[in-house]
Amino acid sequence: MIKLKIPISEEQIRNLKCGDTVLLSGTIVTARDAGHKLMVEEHPEFLNDLLAEGVIYHCGPVVKKEGDKWSFVSAGPTTSAREEPYQGKVIESYRVRGVIGKGGMGKSTLEACRQHGAVYFHAVGGAGTLIGQSVKEVIDVFKLEEFGTPEAFWVINVEDFPVIVTMDSHGESLHEKVEAASRARLEELLQK
Amino acid sequence: MDETLTNHLVELIKRASTDLPPDVVQALREAKDKEPAGSMPANTFETVLKNIEMAKGAATPICQDTGMLVFYVYHPLNTDTIAFRRQVEDAAKTATQNILLRPNAVDPVTGKNSGSNVGINAPYVTFKPWEKDEILVKLMLKGGGSENVGKQYTLPDSRLGAGRDLKGVRKVILDAVFSAQGKGCGPGTVSVGIGGDRGTAYLLSKEQLFRKIGSTNPDSELAALEDQLHEELNSLGIGPMGFGGKTTVLDVYLAKQHRHPATFYVSVSYICWAYRRKAMTLKNGEVTYHD
Repeated sequence: MIKLKIPISEEQIRNLKCGDTVLLSGTIVTARDAGHKLMVEEHPEFLNDLLAEGVIYHCGPVVKKEGDKWSFVSAGPTTSAREEPYQGKVIESYRVRGVIGKGGMGKSTLEACRQHGAVYFHAVGGAGTLIGQSVKEVIDVFKLEEFGTPEAFWVINVEDFPVIVTMDSHGESLHEKVEAASRARLEELLQK
Repeated sequence: MDETLTNHLVELIKRASTDLPPDVVQALREAKDKEPAGSMPANTFETVLKNIEMAKGAATPICQDTGMLVFYVYHPLNTDTIAFRRQVEDAAKTATQNILLRPNAVDPVTGKNSGSNVGINAPYVTFKPWEKDEILVKLMLKGGGSENVGKQYTLPDSRLGAGRDLKGVRKVILDAVFSAQGKGCGPGTVSVGIGGDRGTAYLLSKEQLFRKIGSTNPDSELAALEDQLHEELNSLGIGPMGFGGKTTVLDVYLAKQHRHPATFYVSVSYICWAYRRKAMTLKNGEVTYHD
């Protein structure tokens, strides 16, 4: 089990290998489809400092508001594949070190991870309540009115957020391996 | 508005969102026991099972994607279905305010989230009259990630060498689960509508998701193919979350309906491990909840 504090240096990221289990602590930012489209098309500057050597989380949480204070109730990852057209550019332009999501991502993200020193962290999809408990504080929220709760940029503090590296900065992807092995088996079955 | 009925419906939503049916939990436990202790798939199942316990204890949503609300209402002929629909909408609004549901109804043209889970055709409610003097309400919460990996095939499919027969049906189902990989939060349960038109084929597949894991298909030919596919799909080795492992699907359900001579659709729906469904019966003012 590796413990990492955000911001994360390039050296720390390069030390991670596919299959490593990591506990992340620090400030991260949620972003989904509307957020990624905006980051690529308009590069909003309010994210610059939050994402430099930082971590993006593909998540649309269930939130609660008491007085002026927001908190996360259930907050597992969403499917990352939808951000594939944008992720490489976002990693490069904001100098992101890690992307948390589920289901894995494709070749252009893997290449961006290799070139710019980033990894893909896999969280357990559906484990909303469990992961919600590692979110200690909601610091800020951007674009809530315009994008709605699931799509807004939520800036949160997390403690010991459990993830597994499934795409590292050396070109290794667990998702590619599982897909290749299952494709070979599929082809056998289709011959029957 | 009948406040008591709204409260019953909110309770049904709460149970669906926070408490997984026992047949699903049992299937997940069995899947965990098949993996070597300490392995990535075993740890993943452990996290999943721990999360299920925590959500039930805290009465918080198992998954933050509380899905689209899919209701089936079986009712006596004299039921006012227009009023019942308003009750369902009222309950969806209240359950969203009570943080049992994430607001998940988005206008596809303006991009605006209604904030309440109520919108055009949302929640999705199907009314079915029957001869019993009671109302049965079935509810499923189906997440967007698993909905996205569903697929509709048109037979013949030359890429897969799938012809217009049950062998062809088998091949496209294998392809659908392979294509889903871990993106639908596996292990999933696969339900398939064979025949019908494009719309009814999907409806038939979705309705099968109200079956219980391990239930037997009354059609012996389809039952045999369900068993065969269950084993073959697990041999793909995709495993929980697509990490690799022995359990890729928890179960397979097949159903058929007559088709037009020129068409042959196979609609494959996939539901994530967070397979949330509950039911309730209303009779003589009394309510009973079931799994």
